[in-house]
Amino acid sequence: MNSASSKPARLGFRSRGFDFASFAFTGITGLATLFILLILGIILANIAWHGWGTFSWRFLTGSADQDMFDVNKAGVLPMLIGTTLRVMLMTLFVVPIGVITAVYLTEYANSTALTTRIIRGAVNNLAGVPSIVFGLFGLGFFISFIGGAMDAGATEPHWGKPAILWASLTLAVMTLPLVIVATEESLRAITPGLREASLALGATKLETILKIVLPEALPGILTGGILAVGRAGGEVAPILFTGAAYYMRDLPKGPTDQFMDLGYHVFILSTQSPDIEKTRPILFATVLALLLLTLSLNLVAVIVRARVRKKMRAGH
Amino acid sequence: MAAFSPSQVTLNARPPAEGAGTPLIQTDSVNLHYGTTQALKNISVTLGERHVTAFIGPSGCGKSTFLRCFNRMNDLIDSVRITGSIKIGGQDIYSPDVDVIELRKRIGMVFQRSNPFPKSIYDNITYGLKLHGMTAKSDLDAAVEQSLRSAALWDEVKDRLNTSAMGLSGGQQQRLCIARAIAIKPEILLMDEPASALDPIATAKIEELIIELKREFTIVIVTHNMQQAARISDHTAFFYLGELIEFGPTAKLFTNPSKKQTEDYVTGRFG
Repeated sequence: MNSASSKPARLGFRSRGFDFASFAFTGITGLATLFILLILGIILANIAWHGWGTFSWRFLTGSADQDMFDVNKAGVLPMLIGTTLRVMLMTLFVVPIGVITAVYLTEYANSTALTTRIIRGAVNNLAGVPSIVFGLFGLGFFISFIGGAMDAGATEPHWGKPAILWASLTLAVMTLPLVIVATEESLRAITPGLREASLALGATKLETILKIVLPEALPGILTGGILAVGRAGGEVAPILFTGAAYYMRDLPKGPTDQFMDLGYHVFILSTQSPDIEKTRPILFATVLALLLLTLSLNLVAVIVRARVRKKMRAGH
Repeated sequence: MAAFSPSQVTLNARPPAEGAGTPLIQTDSVNLHYGTTQALKNISVTLGERHVTAFIGPSGCGKSTFLRCFNRMNDLIDSVRITGSIKIGGQDIYSPDVDVIELRKRIGMVFQRSNPFPKSIYDNITYGLKLHGMTAKSDLDAAVEQSLRSAALWDEVKDRLNTSAMGLSGGQQQRLCIARAIAIKPEILLMDEPASALDPIATAKIEELIIELKREFTIVIVTHNMQQAARISDHTAFFYLGELIEFGPTAKLFTNPSKKQTEDYVTGRFG
């Protein structure tokens, strides 16, 4: 008997020693995450640090009437209202149109047909168009073409000039892909069994979509809305030519009025100020207000979605 | 609507006769293509009223496809072409003047994977009823209780009708789907492997239920489980590669099949 067979053969459970590849990969992925968090932290801390001193109740509720570049007089209420209004108006346009398009693409269109693929491609390309192009599109299409046509015969332009309506529509066109894609994904995630069950009970396709498919897709639709609000809240380029005003004494009273906007105001403060150094605290406070506004608009949508989900789990 | 009126389907109280019973579903040389693939070849069969007919055969043999011809669920797939005729109660269901909605109202279906709506138990049952015009709360309440009782589910859920159907067990969900299908009082109940995803106890309950439901409904069931077919069906059809190989009384088909292929399949030599 040799020594090797006297001991029972060991199975291959022995440690291979230190697994450097796993350790390194865990480290790299962790560091990358940390880096992102760090950048975000620096940005937020910088804004909060510089803006907090000026950020006050008076600042939030004050107007820009006296001197928008004076730390002690400047306020952002008109911009807060303007931005909120244009985002809400945009949501009213983009959600129904986006949902209807997604319903067509997933429920009605033949997914392999050329036209469907062209529409899908167009939607994806729309998402890749730079926002300033949307601004120019809004100016050319909504203001000159549609507004101009509505004004036909009038001496004074009523529709054919920058307005909150056109700015919101331009933003709606820009955020349409977000809503379409999010809705399409949630429609596709619904098990085919639910549609079949409804149809087998003698429901029409329309009844199935309205009573089973869309209620089930509601959280996904709201996600699309949240993405659109998040994207549009801080965008300036699309509204630059289509509705944002440098200064307005009054709040917008109707769809054809212009509006002051937080994002655009940040641009004004950083480029038009007679004294950049003195304006800087207002600039940071305005950015802080913009961040908080976008955050709270998102938060409202997230809370609505959470409630819908809870209600769905409870079974209505 | 007139294309498929109740008067054309004679429901009688006689017990099923020997043989195929009163013919209710008659198919004549049914061929079905998915694009260029032929899934059903020349199928002619007559199924009796208030019988349980089982479709057996290996996966992909066309039995589910054939079942779905009876309520025209195959219409949902663009590439499907069907030739031949399928008559239910003497009426050709593929005739242009047939209202598919009306047809599906009279031919209920239960699917392989239980698919209750993510709504309350109550709303699951009333969904079909409301679609077809029942609105009075008292009528709906009565129909919910009756169909849940018929599906042997009432005692288990009567105290939580307004909770979500998604909270039920798999077997309960499937019985809810059966209750939902029979709530609109169809004449025929199509079942596509209704117990294949369930444990043996839940399966036994579904089988008992099917035998019970036979008194009121004509049932066509697709199953992979040959014991199940033997236990619950009056007639069995064996499909293989899109063809109907053999059709006959279940007892005969399992003990004394006339075709070699049938014998091989039911004795477990292939499939």
